[in-house]
Amino acid sequence: MRPATTATGPDVSRTAELVAVRDLAVTFATRRGPVEAVRGVSFRIERGQVVAIVGESGSGKSVTARSLVGLAGDDATVRAQELTFDGADLRQAGERAWRTLRGRRAGFVLQDALGSLDPLRRVGAEVAEPLREHRIVPPAGIEPEVVRLLTETGVPAPESRARQYPHQLSGGLRQRALIASALAARPDLLIADEPTTALDATVQRQVLRLLRERIADGTAILLISHDIGVVAEIADYVYVMKDGLFVEEGPPSKVLESPTHPYTKTLVAAVLGTSRGPGRHGSGGPADGGEPVVLRADGLVKRYRLPGRGEFTAVEGVSATVSAGETLGIVGESGSGKTTVGRLLTGLLSPDEGRVEVDGRPWDELRGRARRAARRRIQMIYQNPLASFDPRYTARLLLEEPLRVDRTPARERARHVARLLEYVGLDEGILDRRARDLSGGQRQRLAIARALAPEPAVIVCDEPVSALDASIQAQVLDVLAEVQERLGVAYVFISHDLGVVRRLSHRVIVMKEGQVVETGETATVFDTSQHPYTKSLLDAVPRLHITYPTGT
Amino acid sequence: MTKSVWLGTAVLALLVAMAALPSLFTGADPDATDLNATLRPPSAEHWLGTDQNGRDLYARIVYGVRPSLLIGAGAVALALAGGVLIGVAAAQLGRVVDQVLSRSLDVVLSVPGLLLAFLVVAVLGPGAGPTCVGLAVVSLPVFARVVRTEVIRIRVSQYVEAAHGFGLGRAQVVLRHVLPNAFGPVMALATVSLGAMIVAGSSLSFVGLGPQPPTAEWGAMLAESREFLALAWWPAAFPGAAITLAVLAVTVVGRHLQDRIERRRA
Repeated sequence: MRPATTATGPDVSRTAELVAVRDLAVTFATRRGPVEAVRGVSFRIERGQVVAIVGESGSGKSVTARSLVGLAGDDATVRAQELTFDGADLRQAGERAWRTLRGRRAGFVLQDALGSLDPLRRVGAEVAEPLREHRIVPPAGIEPEVVRLLTETGVPAPESRARQYPHQLSGGLRQRALIASALAARPDLLIADEPTTALDATVQRQVLRLLRERIADGTAILLISHDIGVVAEIADYVYVMKDGLFVEEGPPSKVLESPTHPYTKTLVAAVLGTSRGPGRHGSGGPADGGEPVVLRADGLVKRYRLPGRGEFTAVEGVSATVSAGETLGIVGESGSGKTTVGRLLTGLLSPDEGRVEVDGRPWDELRGRARRAARRRIQMIYQNPLASFDPRYTARLLLEEPLRVDRTPARERARHVARLLEYVGLDEGILDRRARDLSGGQRQRLAIARALAPEPAVIVCDEPVSALDASIQAQVLDVLAEVQERLGVAYVFISHDLGVVRRLSHRVIVMKEGQVVETGETATVFDTSQHPYTKSLLDAVPRLHITYPTGT
Repeated sequence: MTKSVWLGTAVLALLVAMAALPSLFTGADPDATDLNATLRPPSAEHWLGTDQNGRDLYARIVYGVRPSLLIGAGAVALALAGGVLIGVAAAQLGRVVDQVLSRSLDVVLSVPGLLLAFLVVAVLGPGAGPTCVGLAVVSLPVFARVVRTEVIRIRVSQYVEAAHGFGLGRAQVVLRHVLPNAFGPVMALATVSLGAMIVAGSSLSFVGLGPQPPTAEWGAMLAESREFLALAWWPAAFPGAAITLAVLAVTVVGRHLQDRIERRRA
């Protein structure tokens, strides 16, 4: 879509250089001794250039960005051979120099817009603060300037929005307000740390477009992201960071098309994986019509009473069937009702109308012992596995609990636990650790293993990989695919991430405002959909504009 | 651990040892009177002096640890047990039960604590046991409220949802997941309450509702000393200091445990 800019070559004149960093190292003093978060990285940012640092959480990318504005933290020791901003040496900068730099010369946009905006301050006041602090415009000019900034960042009805509080704005609007406040002092550099990670695909696209428009004004952008797809969309130059070092760098086209470092390859593969269908492990999908239906939902309706009067219909007339060994994807933006459908399917919620059958028996006819037995047939995996584990339990207790319920003898339990670990690729060494001491990927594997313990027919996965880094996402999705192939368990896969849904699902339901707008085979829906909402969802996904090989 | 926590722990350990084996700490009989040596000031023979009946104050304070701690701990244990039962019932047995129990607790809480304790002891008759019961009745509503809130909070957590998903029954879920996870805040409340209970227990003894004479008990000792305060300061000062020290130690250690529990949960 956008050609690689030519401004990134080495022959650029010195005056274009805004930031120069050579051998930056950041060490944190912790109770367990020093931790080297950044271990010697060098990079340059020129005016009007978008430089991106990609890596997963813990790679040191955020610390690198924060070091540029003196926000690495009290426990951090920052060392560098060279650290300059517009020619000024930052290594000697005192607190006053940093404060002038921050806000005035360099704006900062964080991932969590709600967390960075003062909840008790109106949006307009937030945007006005840097204007006042750095005396950008005379006091009388502040209000029109705020409106101008909000207009420029695409906030509709800026005059009235400026009088609202952050919680009254949607996630996308909040992120725009934050960008407006970061741009207020007309900085030379905008540091955007995961600016779109918390946003829905459509909103994400708008924010990226907004950022890209800033480049035309000569503002340089340092973009921090774990999502190489987002980065490819707007960056001129990409650094791939792992364990405090840059392992690869280059224009995005080069890094994405011919990654050389194995880590970059897994990152790219994780994004490219979105183009593959399920069954890439050779299963070829479920046999059509041959498999028994394990889960059937018929005309589900769920309403909630609103404070005051009125009702909110969360789910309106949703029907679906899931056959053994099949994956049904449910996609839609946040608030579309997909999680409510998941809870209705598992019997955690009762529908106001319609019914759900597990193995041909409807939930509402099941009571007591029979209901408890039916529950074991349908398990759930959550976005945040940690919350679904009793905090006092070790991994072993967590895995044994479902086995204990049906009185599996102790010796058999141990064998069963070992088998569960093997399914999800976990080592027995983790058994005596608590879930909070495991990594995000290990936790989700443990959640999958536990969900498999009662030998369910269906597992409802509600955003199971959304909180994970891209490369870990790919591993967890692989585990899910392998388990399905080996055990023939069916999945209901709920996600706002179309790429992830596409990768695993045989059939897809597209939801909007509680209703099913489209349903069908994954490939049909994703490739030939005529429905405007589905198309808008698909268009919103950042694409890698390169050709990739098919198959593995 | 800070210095004050170490000190508090040491004092508490000493008090527990005294409660368990008072004869290790003094050879004197706390109840032995010596009418030739009444109201003697502290000396080498009587470290803390003697009272109006010539009884050794040090021995009486050492032997007084047991009733003080037992009344405090007993009251906390009773309040805890009752609080768990009522709190779980209010949280689990539906809206009507919850309303009835919660409003009843509100009524109990609206009566001044010591007054209520006096009433209970007046009905049951004086003594260590009734004092425990009286104090437990006063503090039970607070325990019940904390338990109820914790149960409601934990009940909606995903791990409880997941446990139901394995086919566990309601009672099993409460016993295995809800109550153990509610344990932290409830124990924190219990340790902090212990100090307050010791003071309240002494107060009841002071007005003659606790363990009856000649039992050595700090509150009762304070009460007896009042009449002779103009003649001798020590029969009042040392039991008072003992109460203060015990409550301080319990509170410092309790606060520390509370902090640790909270930090672990964060």
